[in-house]
Amino acid sequence: MADHLKKAGNKQVHPLDDMVRRDRMPHIWCPGCGIGTVFSACLTAIKSSGIDLDKVVMVSGIGCSGRAAGYTNLDSFHTTHGRAIPFATGVKLANPELKVIVFSGDGDLFAIGGNHFIHAARRNIDITVVCVNNLNYGMTGGQAAATTPEGSLTTTTPLGNPEKPFNLPLLAYAAGAAYVARWTMLHIRDLTESIKEAMVKPGFAFIEALSPCPVNYGRRNKEKPLDTLTMYRDKTIIKNGASPLELDVDSRKSIILGKFVDIQKPTFFELYEKINRPAE
Amino acid sequence: MKPALLTGKHYITGDVACAEGALAAGCRFFGGYPITPATEIAEHMAERLPGVGGLFIQMEDEIAAMASVLGASWAGKKSMTATSGPGFSLMMENIGLGVSTETPCVVVNVQRGGPSTGLPTQVAQGDMMQARWGSHGHYAIIALSPSSPQELFYQTIRAFNLSEKYRTPVLIMTDEVIGHMSERVEIPEAGKIEVFSRNKPRGRRDRFRLFSPVENGVAPMPAAGDGYRIHVTGLTHDERGYPDLTVDAQANMVGRIVGKIQNHLDDIIQTESYRMQDAEIALISYGVSGRTALAAVDMARSQGIKAGLLRLLTVWPFPEAMIRSLAGRVKGFVTVEINLGQIHLEVERCAAGRTPAFLVGHAGGTLISPQLVVERIKEAF
Repeated sequence: MADHLKKAGNKQVHPLDDMVRRDRMPHIWCPGCGIGTVFSACLTAIKSSGIDLDKVVMVSGIGCSGRAAGYTNLDSFHTTHGRAIPFATGVKLANPELKVIVFSGDGDLFAIGGNHFIHAARRNIDITVVCVNNLNYGMTGGQAAATTPEGSLTTTTPLGNPEKPFNLPLLAYAAGAAYVARWTMLHIRDLTESIKEAMVKPGFAFIEALSPCPVNYGRRNKEKPLDTLTMYRDKTIIKNGASPLELDVDSRKSIILGKFVDIQKPTFFELYEKINRPAE
Repeated sequence: MKPALLTGKHYITGDVACAEGALAAGCRFFGGYPITPATEIAEHMAERLPGVGGLFIQMEDEIAAMASVLGASWAGKKSMTATSGPGFSLMMENIGLGVSTETPCVVVNVQRGGPSTGLPTQVAQGDMMQARWGSHGHYAIIALSPSSPQELFYQTIRAFNLSEKYRTPVLIMTDEVIGHMSERVEIPEAGKIEVFSRNKPRGRRDRFRLFSPVENGVAPMPAAGDGYRIHVTGLTHDERGYPDLTVDAQANMVGRIVGKIQNHLDDIIQTESYRMQDAEIALISYGVSGRTALAAVDMARSQGIKAGLLRLLTVWPFPEAMIRSLAGRVKGFVTVEINLGQIHLEVERCAAGRTPAFLVGHAGGTLISPQLVVERIKEAF
């Protein structure tokens, strides 16, 4: 039996079995999709953090990655498109004891929800945002996103994308995030460790996880599932502390991974308490 | 620090009375965004909430404000926001999420003239149908419409109580004049204020179903962190809260959301009758126009017209049965409201051709005068 499987009676039990709602399986994610891998990294990070699972909340928006909240056996909220972060802000501020993780996709967090992202980072709301970046809108069939590389083919850019994509770590850094990292779903151990580190760190933490969407993005851009993974292996370099200015995702150049920001500063709630309730 | 309940006599605006009512009801989270003429509610909550163990946050827009209110409610706090027309439009999608996920919260709309930016500082009652149907899909909603700062204080408490009891967003459809006018507001002692808080689940956690009605057509509601490991989604869901995209699940869920309100009309609907016993002309009004209509009744009576007023403190659900029973008794209905006919259409629908229904209204920007109402009554009857 493989190492990652444990024996419980006659049944093989996955180490994350208690972290998922088994009665909701099978999930909706396509073969070759990377969301499940990022999701399991996130669940492993939560479990290994030692935080009381009854006090961990997952909030998602809408989209393929947004379905994650529905599969985790935690208090979990599948909200409206783009609004996971302000919903999570309400949860966290109403009960600061809770550990709140936003798990959602690039379309949800950075197009329709982009304004909420920058403001939560600016305020330093103590939440962890994990963004599965698959470079397009998967759930609706592969439309261009705010992260789609220039020139890429999508159903709404059939001759090529005329827009420039966001450099997400730069955006997070500029907006004031206390922790910023990028990995791919192939760098599963780094990704897991990063999510765990971000969760226990006070303040707004952002982790971008590059992830393939072979059915919608890969197919149109002549990128087979294995090609994307090979690219994650061969064309990425790990450069912790890299300047956020050099973090464009451009497959013609190397894609830089690592931890780019890790600073201590008071959270919104800490400052709110200090200013409004100094005697306490 | 001031206590949560400022028992005593005050001379305050409707907006401040609303905020004090919220605090009296136990509201401890406010997610807001500035907008005329509702800003003073946010300002007052920003000042008052820290002193009573609560939290105020000014969000980046009304979409975020509404989302934060829902999140705070699921974390166990009584929560609210306040806005006006443009912000109310932006809140609509998340009000729908609140309806679908049966999330208690209170949304105040201090109405101003629309559409669009409209008349930011001037009164209107043009959002009444938006309150009823503004979020997509078929659902039921509770909306209250007080006619004075004192009433706004009480109706805000009532809005929280209804939202907690029926696990639903409750709308307070006030208006610029009530929000900005100063009047005497008496805040009673704690013992004289009824405050209801959501039922929490008891018993085995593994058997708990988040949307399985137990009392009043609603399920008890745990908070995130209580250990129930709840899942909450805006997708059509079954009684566990799991997505279930079937015709049956849709019928059950929408049926439950509508049913819990439709089956408790006696508890939810509040109206006030004035000189209705022998009335031949029934004025129907609400909010600031309820004051116009009240004056118009006395004015008409002094001229020998047997007028009376049915003032709607609850506008949604609409008091259909009451209007239907009046339709057999009175010679005519006159709805007084600052729009070109919204509640008027409901009155007309319930009159069902048995009794003529007229509107006294205009597009907004100022109040309706009682004289105008009396003139129209004379013209019509």
